[in-house]
Amino acid sequence: MRPIPVDPPAFFNRGPSPLTRLAFFGILSLALLFADTRYRYLENVRQAVAIALYPMQRALEMPGVAFAYVSDYFGGKRRMADDNAMLRQELVARAPATQGYAREQEENVRLRALLDVRTRYAPTAIAAQVLYAGRDPFTQKLFVDKGTGAGVQAGAGVIDEGGVVGQVTRVFPYMSEVTLITDRDQAVPVQVERSGARSVLFGNGTGRSPELRFTSPSADLRVGDRLVTSGLDGTYPPGLAVAQIIDVVRDSGQMFARIVCKPLAGIDHDEFLLVLSPSASLPPRPEETGDADIAKKGTHVRGRRG
Amino acid sequence: MRVLPNVGSFGPAAPEEILRPAKPWFVLLSLLIGLLSNLVPASDVVMTWRPDFVALVLLYWCIQEPRYVGVGTAWVVGLLMDVGDATVFGQHALAYAVLAYGAEYFRRRVLRFPLWQQAVQVAALLVLCALLVLLVRFVGGAPLPGWMYVAPPLVGALLWPLVSVLLQTPQRPSRSGSRR
Repeated sequence: MRPIPVDPPAFFNRGPSPLTRLAFFGILSLALLFADTRYRYLENVRQAVAIALYPMQRALEMPGVAFAYVSDYFGGKRRMADDNAMLRQELVARAPATQGYAREQEENVRLRALLDVRTRYAPTAIAAQVLYAGRDPFTQKLFVDKGTGAGVQAGAGVIDEGGVVGQVTRVFPYMSEVTLITDRDQAVPVQVERSGARSVLFGNGTGRSPELRFTSPSADLRVGDRLVTSGLDGTYPPGLAVAQIIDVVRDSGQMFARIVCKPLAGIDHDEFLLVLSPSASLPPRPEETGDADIAKKGTHVRGRRG
Repeated sequence: MRVLPNVGSFGPAAPEEILRPAKPWFVLLSLLIGLLSNLVPASDVVMTWRPDFVALVLLYWCIQEPRYVGVGTAWVVGLLMDVGDATVFGQHALAYAVLAYGAEYFRRRVLRFPLWQQAVQVAALLVLCALLVLLVRFVGGAPLPGWMYVAPPLVGALLWPLVSVLLQTPQRPSRSGSRR
């Protein structure tokens, strides 16, 4: 007995049988696989179909993107509020730094200028910082943070990047007292830069400008002349700027002219100063008693001394 | 054997119902939706379990409407899938062609069974399709994936009853119209 076939005989002619079709498409698939892996012939076709599919892919992505956007919006609002609070706190915490920035910059510039002065004039200078001003309103004194421990000597000149500031008058172990040139009767030997005439600048006390005392009315001095240290006393090195003449009053009835000067250093608003070592180039002072004897006794003393 | 409850008109067709012919545009639409569902970007977890919707839909139409969807159509759809998946040209094409042939060969047998038992047989076909894809990838030099590789075809087989009923719905005559 013949077995009943599973497939009925084909009543209608529908083209090649499925098996034939499978064989055909199977071989075609294998050829495509080969071509694609080995020779990459089909890249263009793939690109074209990919371009056609791209809008649909983007459309499919949209629900996910929309969901993420919405959740991000609501979550982001909370996060933004938190961030805002945190940033405000940080801003307040950083306020001292940002507000002090300009001051720090200015300080930097002045320190650099001071360093320049130091290399030019006095290699053995000591940098010091002003601690506070003196409490007595009738004197002009500053206190700096270097003392005998750092090698500061009494009588040393003190300068800043603009010029001469004053002189060290008292030295403590870790602090020194500096008297400014504007202090009453504080003297600085000066020389007019333009003409070379020598004179002495005296301070006039609180609120008044220093003056050149004991200058003859015929001295060659004009308004605007720069005064520099003459270096004669051994306290200040020569050539440091001291002051500028701002007023010359020549009264024919007076014996001396009145010459008012303005200090060139930032006397009242300094923060960093340079303490110079006293100049060692001058010979030591002669003894006082020997001079007096020679003046009184004349040649007698000289003969006996021989 | 009725396993799915007959909720309104949503349920497997009774044997005595005469179905309307399937519309070609609906066939195309279902294939397109299957293609898009396959290409939706998904997380790793979803990718491990997501069945091959195109294979599922193809299988359904090959079994139900062999005049519309045959080996040739399956092959073309496989090519489209290859392009969308950015794999080697011909990988899915070959697999779907073989799938369509298997569907045509076994269609009479499959159609005799109720839906759940159909799912078991469909599972075998879907696993075969997945293995073919894997075979081509082996030739290309891919590593062995592990046992989870058969999970998507099994999930697809589980979805078979649902897909069957869904795709058959437009062919069901409306209740109010044809009740005698």
